[in-house]
Amino acid sequence: MNADAVSHASVIGAAIPRIEDGALLVGKGHYIDDIPMPGVLHVAVVRSTVAHALIRRIDTEAARLVAGVHAILTIEELLPALADGRMPLGGGTSDKRDINTPFVLAKGEVAYVGEAVAIVVAEGRYIAEDAAARVEIDYDLLDVVHDAREALLPDSPKVRRELASNVLNTFNVGYGDVAAAFAAAAHVVRDELWQHRGCGQSIEGRGVLAEPRPADGGLCVWSSTQMPNALFNMLAQMLGMDDTRLRVITPDVGGGFGPKYCIYPEEIAVAAAARLLSRPLKWIEDRRETFISSVQERDQYWTVEVAVDAEARILGIRGRLLHDQGAYAPKPVNLPYNSATAMTGPYIVPAYAMEVVIALTNKVPVSSVRGAGYPQAAFAMERMMDLVASQLGLDRAEVRRRNLIPPSKMPYAKPMKARSGAGMVYDSGDYPASQAEVLAAAGWNDFPARKAKALEQGRYIGIGMANAVKGTGRGPFESGTVNVSASGQVSVFTGAAAMGQGLATALAQICGSELGVAPEQIHVIAGDTATSPLGLGGFASRQLVTAGSSVHLAAKAVASKAKRLAAHIMEVDEDQLELNDGRVRVRGGNNSVSLGELARILRGAPGYGFPGDIEPGLSSAQYWRTDALAYANACHVVEVAVDIEVCDVTIERYVAIHDSGRLVNPMIVDGQITGGIVHGIGNALYELMGYDDTAQPITTTLAEYLLPTATEVPHIETLYRETVSPANPLGVKGVGEAGTIPAAAAIISAIEDALSPFSIRISNTPLTPEMLFDTIAAARSRGLSASP
Amino acid sequence: MTKIAIEIVVNGEPRYCSVEARMTFADCLRHELGLTGTHLGCEHGVCGACTVLVDGASVRSCLMLAVQADKADVRTIEGVADKDGRLHPLQEAFRRNHGLQCGYCTPGMIMTLLEFLAENPAPTEAQVRDAISGNICRCTGYQRIVAAALDAAEELRAAGSAQPVDTPAAKRVGVSA
Repeated sequence: MNADAVSHASVIGAAIPRIEDGALLVGKGHYIDDIPMPGVLHVAVVRSTVAHALIRRIDTEAARLVAGVHAILTIEELLPALADGRMPLGGGTSDKRDINTPFVLAKGEVAYVGEAVAIVVAEGRYIAEDAAARVEIDYDLLDVVHDAREALLPDSPKVRRELASNVLNTFNVGYGDVAAAFAAAAHVVRDELWQHRGCGQSIEGRGVLAEPRPADGGLCVWSSTQMPNALFNMLAQMLGMDDTRLRVITPDVGGGFGPKYCIYPEEIAVAAAARLLSRPLKWIEDRRETFISSVQERDQYWTVEVAVDAEARILGIRGRLLHDQGAYAPKPVNLPYNSATAMTGPYIVPAYAMEVVIALTNKVPVSSVRGAGYPQAAFAMERMMDLVASQLGLDRAEVRRRNLIPPSKMPYAKPMKARSGAGMVYDSGDYPASQAEVLAAAGWNDFPARKAKALEQGRYIGIGMANAVKGTGRGPFESGTVNVSASGQVSVFTGAAAMGQGLATALAQICGSELGVAPEQIHVIAGDTATSPLGLGGFASRQLVTAGSSVHLAAKAVASKAKRLAAHIMEVDEDQLELNDGRVRVRGGNNSVSLGELARILRGAPGYGFPGDIEPGLSSAQYWRTDALAYANACHVVEVAVDIEVCDVTIERYVAIHDSGRLVNPMIVDGQITGGIVHGIGNALYELMGYDDTAQPITTTLAEYLLPTATEVPHIETLYRETVSPANPLGVKGVGEAGTIPAAAAIISAIEDALSPFSIRISNTPLTPEMLFDTIAAARSRGLSASP
Repeated sequence: MTKIAIEIVVNGEPRYCSVEARMTFADCLRHELGLTGTHLGCEHGVCGACTVLVDGASVRSCLMLAVQADKADVRTIEGVADKDGRLHPLQEAFRRNHGLQCGYCTPGMIMTLLEFLAENPAPTEAQVRDAISGNICRCTGYQRIVAAALDAAEELRAAGSAQPVDTPAAKRVGVSA
């Protein structure tokens, strides 16, 4: 890009190639396992092979005899280096621990297959794994809870012996007079839904590298995490160390998708062991470990009733949501709260009551995967809207149109609270216009004729749709510092965590637009606690909104300071000055001064004078605060063809509209939306984390757990609306998760439509070919013909 | 454990190392030869992240032993741009089309597509999708990777024979790309 051309208008909103790409394209990225570390030892984790048992004995003798093994550590050996054997509740406002947080290493009992029991430290990973296989653990098997519904039965075994109940929590979300709404209803529709989200499955797994620095008792930890500052805080507490000697760095991260939002026992165990052994240690998760130890978002069972009037206008919704939490709760359990508060989505729902039950099971702990409870909410709501339409004999789009919040009611307050305690206020958007635009683009009204024609030829095609609203930009803040060094180098520092979204490019565009500097000339340092001691990290589609706003304000402050100093030096009025090409220039004249020169003046010189009333340093640190969310909206329309013999579903067309506020880089936005949709396609049709009746995982390879590949995925057509959000200084909304949220609902809607000759109702995701086969077979055995 | 000496030409340079018989070729590239651009996603041959070219053919380096690469001519992501750092047209097309997000699957995608475009310089979208169906990407939804491949194919066709797509690495040394 020609630096002279840099201006506000050209940089924000420009689909420029990413500044991250150069190194990544030539194999020069630095992911966790690429960091050179002389003298590093390698860690393999010994994990439970059973879902629930007492540990009677751990015999490490044979393992210790393997040449090259340095240590084998169980919780007993690790405890001297730890404040506690149990992890504190991650991501909360305090460091409290309770009887549901995981252990650093198992302490006498294991509660899921994959739970870490011991770590082996050796010269190389191959040796460490040889030795790990020789660690013998005597288990006394205990009864297993493999299903959240069974966990609630009075005679159910307990997930852990320390529990009095498998119910972790129950709460109610709602407002309005639901009983009156149902009493007044012209129609009530009811359904039971089962939903499963699967695993995050970033192609790079988790990993941690810990380097003790004996000279000062320090410790530097690299982790493939979305949460560098949270890891810093937990390490400081768990290792009981002077946090001025601690540093956490995120290297290049090969995808996050939610699971790297948790702080894991391995991150603490490896760091503690490194301090005990005074050696750098590295642990890299392998794919099997992803399946049995990285958090999953698993089963939710919903029972929902919707009351509507004679015109299909919603009067009230009530129901119950049972959430499978797995064996532990590493963080406060937010997902079912997200689900319950998000269910009413873009619709006007006068009365609402959802009872939420969170049950523990002997499975891998549950936390967020891209969408974090919202996809389940959208699925439940959108499937119910289809049910209303079919029972009242109305068009599915028309039923939605009648219930959407109109733009005239924006901002629209849902009578519920976000996690921050702030009211849920939808800030902006025109949901009916979004829906109308995408329906027109997708040829919704022409479809019945096409469907009838296809059916004459024996082809089962269907169309489906779903709306979604996603609260983005969760606070309370993200740090953003802009600094100009004496060389003129502009740098951005942030506590936000890059995991592949293009964060650096977006922040450089925001910063560059204020300073008149080309984005590729700006350095962005994200996720290093030495340069950003305050930060929250990557979750909830938040980083553009929060870090972006802070960087925007910081860059503005730096620009203003640069102008003030330049005006002083050049003896002109500030309003005669403009910034471009890395210089402050007198508008229409030749006189200018570079940002580097201004930074040199503002760094001071020993004992010399300093200009006027200007603070030292050409930099600004900002922490833009928010408790409110910026609500993005989407509407997806999908066409499918179903082969009713082999039960294969082909997505023939996918059209999505997204209103994500102002787009800073439309190309990056489109990449996020498209990738998110394909994650939703996986949720709809392929991704199932399977367990047998003893809670043994049965999908532990990518050959068993199916991710969408290029041949299952159609070309996705995307449309954008840009309703500028009033909720933040940039007018932006987050895009990381929005694509995923309505996808499964729209796809299942389309499949159900394709199979309308069978009068089939589909209330679950994923819908695998086997499930579809059984559903069609059942319909056939009920005597329903396949003819139109 | 006994080590076996092997000799490989990697990206045009002869390299020598001594490896255990059980070491995978991917680990050899990454940890013995320091070529960490080749990534490991699953280590069971499904995700394709570790794809490299061995004697011109794409190979999952996690399913191959290092000793099997003895005397082979190998090309990895580090040998795709030319010596003075100018990106290959396929790499340029990935950048231009936003064909990567986290970048972790990217080296495997590029190595797979280098082989494919050499065999099929004028592919359809469906053929590109089929070609990369053994490489998993969790970020992009594949759409912009497909666009990059089609874009690169067009660029390479326009450049004609002056731009060999997939000359085996050893022969490529000295060729001005």
